[in-house]
Amino acid sequence: MVQQDKTADIHAVIRRGKRWDYLFAAIGLICLAFGLLTVLVLVGKMGLEGLDRLSLDFFTSYPSRRAANAGILSAWVGSVLVMLVTAFAAVPLGVGAGVYLEEYAKKNWVTDIIEINITNLAAVPSIVYGLLALGIFVYQFGFGGSILSAGLTLALLILPIVIVATREAIRAIPGAMREGSMALGATKWQTVRYHILPYSMPGILTGIIIGLARAIGETAPIITIGALTFIAFLPPLPLVEGAGLFDWVMSPFTVMPIQMFNWTSRPEEAFQINAGAAGFVLVVMTLGMNALAIWLRYRLRKNIKW
Amino acid sequence: MNRFSKWTALAGVGLLSVNIAHAQIVKIDGSSTVYPITEAVAEEFQKAKKNAIKVTVGISGTGGGFKKFCRGETDISDASRPISKKEMEACKEAGIQYYEMPVAFDALTVVINPKNDFVKSMTPAELKKMWEPAATGKVMSWKDVNPAFPDVPLKLFAPGADSGTFDYFTEAINGKSKASRTDFTASEDDNVLVQGVSRDKGGLAYFGFAYYVENQKKLKAVPIFNGKEAVLPSPQTVENGTYAPLSRPIFIYVNAKSLEKPEVKAFVEYYMKHSPELVREVKYVPLPAKAYTLNMEHVAKKKIGTVYGGEEAIGVKIDELMAREAKY
Repeated sequence: MVQQDKTADIHAVIRRGKRWDYLFAAIGLICLAFGLLTVLVLVGKMGLEGLDRLSLDFFTSYPSRRAANAGILSAWVGSVLVMLVTAFAAVPLGVGAGVYLEEYAKKNWVTDIIEINITNLAAVPSIVYGLLALGIFVYQFGFGGSILSAGLTLALLILPIVIVATREAIRAIPGAMREGSMALGATKWQTVRYHILPYSMPGILTGIIIGLARAIGETAPIITIGALTFIAFLPPLPLVEGAGLFDWVMSPFTVMPIQMFNWTSRPEEAFQINAGAAGFVLVVMTLGMNALAIWLRYRLRKNIKW
Repeated sequence: MNRFSKWTALAGVGLLSVNIAHAQIVKIDGSSTVYPITEAVAEEFQKAKKNAIKVTVGISGTGGGFKKFCRGETDISDASRPISKKEMEACKEAGIQYYEMPVAFDALTVVINPKNDFVKSMTPAELKKMWEPAATGKVMSWKDVNPAFPDVPLKLFAPGADSGTFDYFTEAINGKSKASRTDFTASEDDNVLVQGVSRDKGGLAYFGFAYYVENQKKLKAVPIFNGKEAVLPSPQTVENGTYAPLSRPIFIYVNAKSLEKPEVKAFVEYYMKHSPELVREVKYVPLPAKAYTLNMEHVAKKKIGTVYGGEEAIGVKIDELMAREAKY
């Protein structure tokens, strides 16, 4: 009799616990659905709105005062080139800094301060980077409102993200790998070069691409340094028609978010459709980059054998 | 040399060979009000020149545009108001000489919600009562503007303080540029103003005519009493001068030194020649035809500077204005 009571008690406790389990799962699901639905509705609405305009012409036409002829050629080319400069500047700097902090730097209060500052930098509003870049790149260095200025500005913006991602990736490598390498007589640099970097590559690449995906949607700092609204030509191709190899970095430009913003502030209703289409393309670009990050991580992880 | 240092060397050489003044580019920046006109001209001009000359147009607002213009960063500045005294001095200090060219009329349009049936027209005095600095926190209901109006809360929307539209309206209505009440919803994006008024029965806003034309279903324009009669804004009433005092000329300012460059000269000539049709297409009101030829004559005669002397001129006819002596 006493025995039965006890089992019943236990069952009751389990039931109560399970009820909470279900409840929490349901709340979690609602939260997830809320976030997911918002994104879906937003992207869906833009896609539906802009569907009529999404044709090849839209990608190969320059902006125009006639909504039906206007396209995003200069905008998407500008975005891609700016991202290129950003990646070229942010990746070596960010990865280098991350490796140094994790592998070489002594653990003392100086590194602690640097660490805190890098984490804080990631939270600085992007417009602040824009102002900094306006003073340094645009005026001090005389780069003007060029692709170079924009690329470097966004590189500063994502530098903390790349550094933090690099450090997280390196930290995830078991200490035994390091010790094993050293035990076999490898120098510190050889260890970093042949073990640490390859093993942490999936994490680093993910960080880089997520940083770039953030940068591609940035508008404020790019406007600050003087990106243009109407531009109906492309930067000069390297080594064509007398252009130098790097002339394109000094070219004036526009980017996708600016083109989109310009269209939303037009009086004509038809431009809102263009804005929707451009927004949809931008979201697809961002999602594409994120997908690339996931794929790369998967591929590279498969190759790691330890 | 290993691979790495070869690449660094190559990149170094490449950067050194960057040629900044490579292509022929006409650089324009400034007012968002003038932007549609300049954009249309730029688009057609590049087509006509088969892209041999490149044109870039930015939107920094009239004030922001002049800042760049007076630093010599741009060839042409779009302006929805004449250059101010401060800007004249800045240009002078930098040694930038310029030609002032009116290119079109814009009618500042006062709009209300379509459900608002008690306002049939308004006088500048009523608008002043509504917008003057002293109205801040006091004139909160339509009844406060005119006792004949019902007690409906007044919701005001207007362009931000960086815009030439704001400068002109405050000058024309309140008598002093930038003097305005401060408790209204400001936005540089005119579509935000349109949304605001279309959702609120007691809403009122002012902005360029083009935004009203495109949103006639959501908004109602208010006829403005010009001293004799209440007049609605339209291309006709702007052209014949009866829509006053809220119609204004808008301008481009051309750097005189830039104008010596063949590409800038070609662009400005194209601008003046094709303005009448393009201005109409983007829903602005063209100036009388002779104003455009007069602009080019002023260049031939080297009439440098502004005819406004750093002040707005309210309700002056365009031909009188253009005949005035220019100051630098």
